[in-house]
Amino acid sequence: MLRTLILSLCCLTALSAQAHDYTIGKIKIGHPWSRATAPGAPAAGGFLTLENGGEADRLISASAAVSETVELHTMAMDGNVMKMRKLDNGIEVPAGKTVELKPGGLHVMFISLKAPLKEGEKFPLKLKFEKAGEVTVDVKIEAMGAAAAPAGNAHEHKH
Amino acid sequence: MDRRALLAWLPALALPGLVGLAGCERLDKARSFKSIDITGNPEFGHDFSLHDHDGRPRSLSDYRGKVVTLFFGYLHCPDFCPTHLAREAAVLQALGPQDAARVQTLFVSVDPARDTPEKIKAYVTVFHPSFIGLTGTEQEIAQAARTFKASYSKVPMPDSSLGYAIDHSTLTLVFDPKGRLRLAVRHEQSATDVATDLKRLLDGA
Repeated sequence: MLRTLILSLCCLTALSAQAHDYTIGKIKIGHPWSRATAPGAPAAGGFLTLENGGEADRLISASAAVSETVELHTMAMDGNVMKMRKLDNGIEVPAGKTVELKPGGLHVMFISLKAPLKEGEKFPLKLKFEKAGEVTVDVKIEAMGAAAAPAGNAHEHKH
Repeated sequence: MDRRALLAWLPALALPGLVGLAGCERLDKARSFKSIDITGNPEFGHDFSLHDHDGRPRSLSDYRGKVVTLFFGYLHCPDFCPTHLAREAAVLQALGPQDAARVQTLFVSVDPARDTPEKIKAYVTVFHPSFIGLTGTEQEIAQAARTFKASYSKVPMPDSSLGYAIDHSTLTLVFDPKGRLRLAVRHEQSATDVATDLKRLLDGA
């Protein structure tokens, strides 16, 4: 048990150290990541932060080769019921604000995965902003249960 | 979390069985579960009639003698379902092999149109080989969900390539080895907390 916990701790530290950022215009894109998927899992969520140091913008679409389609979705808990919806108007990134795409909320939705996502690998994701334009980022694939529990939340690092 | 803080709560993981030996005040605290205690709640039913991912007819009573955890989800779910199963696997690891062998994790697919038994099996068993996926006809699944108050509803999303999403309850129900419904676990509860609760049920609480 002790060994497992210490190993997990080392993994968390390693993950934090691997945080990666991209910039397009005045928008900083922090640590795009996804989870490894089980065989048979047809979909996956992608997560990242958008830190907007400039004028109001909007993430209008995303594309990647790992799945047949890529959409922008949101989900929210209503009582104990999880509701997921597609965002037809994309994701607003207000001026001077940080928007988080994270588990349990806004996310990039990869639908009809062509192959399971494997932990430790990465794949390119193209993000298209209304004003800032397009940027391609690498999405890191983390463990299947990444950020499943508070203790496993390695993604709340500061920028 | 720093390593010292982590080590500080290690004994809590290792010795839940000894808590009862402490003073009365602690005993009272130990009596409350981390999860929501729904023991004896008359709104819930008692059993389901479904098929497992190998096609065998299954009901809750098949798992008598084990602590059973029951969750309703679907394979297109990108977040809550995989993290639920990952937590369940972490719970088994925290319990250790002897206790883990007395826990059965069940995952009921509420999307029979898309989730075939083969797909469900491939999906759940990668988290832990002991996990069992359950499915059935739409009527059987609806009946099981009603019995255990697990609400779900298909929401058409014509503009999405998903076609539809399924709103679903994120609570995990826990049954004791006698088959009695005891706990409802919230999604955000940690594997450590869940393991502590399951251990108490395994010990006859």
